[in-house]
Amino acid sequence: MELLRLATAGSVDDGKSTLIGRLLYDSKQVYEDQLESVERTSRDRGDDYVDLALLTDGLRAEREQGITIDVAYRYFSTPRRKFIVADTPGHVQHTRNMVTGCSTADLVVVLVDARAGITEQTRRHAFIATLLRTAHLVICVNKMDLVDYSQQRFDEIRDEFQDFAARLEIPDLTFIPISALRGDNVVERSGEMSWHQGSSLLHHLEDVHIASDRNLIDLRFPIQRVVRPRSAEHRDFRGYAGQVAGGVLEVGHEVLVLPSGFTTTIESIETPDGAIDEAFPPMSVVVRLADELDISRGDMICRPRNQPTTGQDVSAMVCWMAEAPMREGAKLALKHTSRWVRALVRDVQYRLDVNTLHRDGGAEELGLNDIGRVALRTTSPLFYDEYRRNKATGSFILVDEATNVTVGAGMLLHPGP
Amino acid sequence: MTYKISHLDALESEAVHVVREVVSEFERPALLFSGGKDSAVLLHLAAKACWPQPLPFPLLHVDTGHNFPEVLAFRDARAAELGVRLLVASVQEAIDRGEVVEDPAPGATRNRLQTHSLLQAIEQHRFDAVFGGGRRDEEKARAKERVFSFRDEFGQWDPRGQRPELWSLYNGRHRPGEHFRIFPLSNWTELDVWQYVERESLTLPSIYFAHRREVFRRGSMLLAVGPHTAPRERVPDEEPFVTTVRYRTVGDATCTAAVESVAATPAEIIAETAVSRISERGATRADDRFSEAAMEDRKREGYF
Repeated sequence: MELLRLATAGSVDDGKSTLIGRLLYDSKQVYEDQLESVERTSRDRGDDYVDLALLTDGLRAEREQGITIDVAYRYFSTPRRKFIVADTPGHVQHTRNMVTGCSTADLVVVLVDARAGITEQTRRHAFIATLLRTAHLVICVNKMDLVDYSQQRFDEIRDEFQDFAARLEIPDLTFIPISALRGDNVVERSGEMSWHQGSSLLHHLEDVHIASDRNLIDLRFPIQRVVRPRSAEHRDFRGYAGQVAGGVLEVGHEVLVLPSGFTTTIESIETPDGAIDEAFPPMSVVVRLADELDISRGDMICRPRNQPTTGQDVSAMVCWMAEAPMREGAKLALKHTSRWVRALVRDVQYRLDVNTLHRDGGAEELGLNDIGRVALRTTSPLFYDEYRRNKATGSFILVDEATNVTVGAGMLLHPGP
Repeated sequence: MTYKISHLDALESEAVHVVREVVSEFERPALLFSGGKDSAVLLHLAAKACWPQPLPFPLLHVDTGHNFPEVLAFRDARAAELGVRLLVASVQEAIDRGEVVEDPAPGATRNRLQTHSLLQAIEQHRFDAVFGGGRRDEEKARAKERVFSFRDEFGQWDPRGQRPELWSLYNGRHRPGEHFRIFPLSNWTELDVWQYVERESLTLPSIYFAHRREVFRRGSMLLAVGPHTAPRERVPDEEPFVTTVRYRTVGDATCTAAVESVAATPAEIIAETAVSRISERGATRADDRFSEAAMEDRKREGYF
């Protein structure tokens, strides 16, 4: 069974929680006691229908205010796939939650209210999904029951979104007309919309091809941990533990270790269940090399003729997640793969208006939920790839050194202006 | 070569990655080990992550004094087998010292009292990272918990002030006195756990599998007749009877219920779990039934 990670985005009123509740309920992942509890709360609040949103809104404040505050993770499975859903709140000040949810997603579902059509928020969600390089985008036009299941209305919305999407890089875009409340086209094809030739949402999630989304070309193995047991059983064992971040590790291949630049060959790839011949993302393994080299956590194994960029001056798209703005001259802790460095904010090159995609070159800082292009200088070199080429070696987080709070998320760009 | 990996391999690799980050970046980790199935899976994954080194941190059990003997026996056997130190924080001792006061009602649960002993042990041993087997699918408040979950110097969890967690870049930076709870099984479901138990041929306490037991009904719960729970006199519905049961969760014996089941192997349990209509906690945990926010409130105070 394959794993698919998806994120859902939509505003408070688009019925996103209802949709997830429906997916869980119709795929029989909601248990009777959970449903009873939701029915009881709906009744107590005086709702005249069972509010499936209550299945996902877990915190007291959320139930009281009827809103979703934080990214919530939900799980369901069908015989074909296991799904991890990052349910991200779509409220204006929660761009950071959308970025967080998309960072691990293979696919993003954006909800649109059929009555309201494409809004500023729809455009923002789609933009963030493309910024985070989520390969598959599904636009679910919800509440079709409230527009009499009108094909014309659906087509209008699709055409408007496609005009906007022409400016974005979206490798795979799908439109599905649904009613989350009534279950149309969520799990089963709807009898009300025979004009829709495509599949239901769940069927699409089961079917969409994600195996090609990983980078299996550029070998990248960031060293997480040097393993030297020094035990009687493993007296001379010296290995390097890590998770393959790109490409395919193969026994016998010549590799290069950064930053030292020494070359050696892969002697073996070990796991507690026995040695294997090759390893690929996202496998966690222990690698042994033919030569004894000075290697430590944060170093990177690659191929001699396919190396990541090495540099201390980097450019990145940064999503800022703290109340206090990011200013030029600020010093922050930066975590990239398995290494921590310090970073100086040299230049806020522009701030992006996520609604219009306009670049404000006059900006000198990034405020909470702002996204912009930033030039950083790091205390020691990063071994990185462009984020669009490899998410694992192209991403970093920024941490405030005084509070230790994660204040920013960055996606590395090609070096140069 | 198709370069595909199964959902269990993906979950295992993610958990191994998390454990390796913790042993690389924290100074004094510990692993909460109750002998329950989630902590048994967690321990297995931690051992894999550190392999071929022995586990470089101790196990910690918060012992309510209301345990199933089969589970304690399993706990001790597993620790001995791995040659790893087992620390036990005793709730009974905290009661005896007068640090916490037990609810005087007969059969009252000591679940909430565990928080005190847990935080005391963390402080005493200066643990800065404590692995737990919590899963996000267990309960709504857990659904928003981070893999690296920050606790302030009082051990408290602030659900609205959590650090954003992106990609697989975990931020475990903290000041002295603060610590992290680490949840490598965050993305696992009950079904995943059982599938993994089967695939890895893991041993579990025998009470997870169908056995004959004298039980009685209290509300919708099926409780064992034993030293910690017994039918109340003059309550006609609590008539004891013998039937075939198993436990889906194993916690404090006063509030952990059995389910009627003839599933005697992981494979049979998987088949049963796949069609179960009652959640794991709903079926078996009286402690989460108090209110919609019971778990959230306990977690804020520093509970697992």
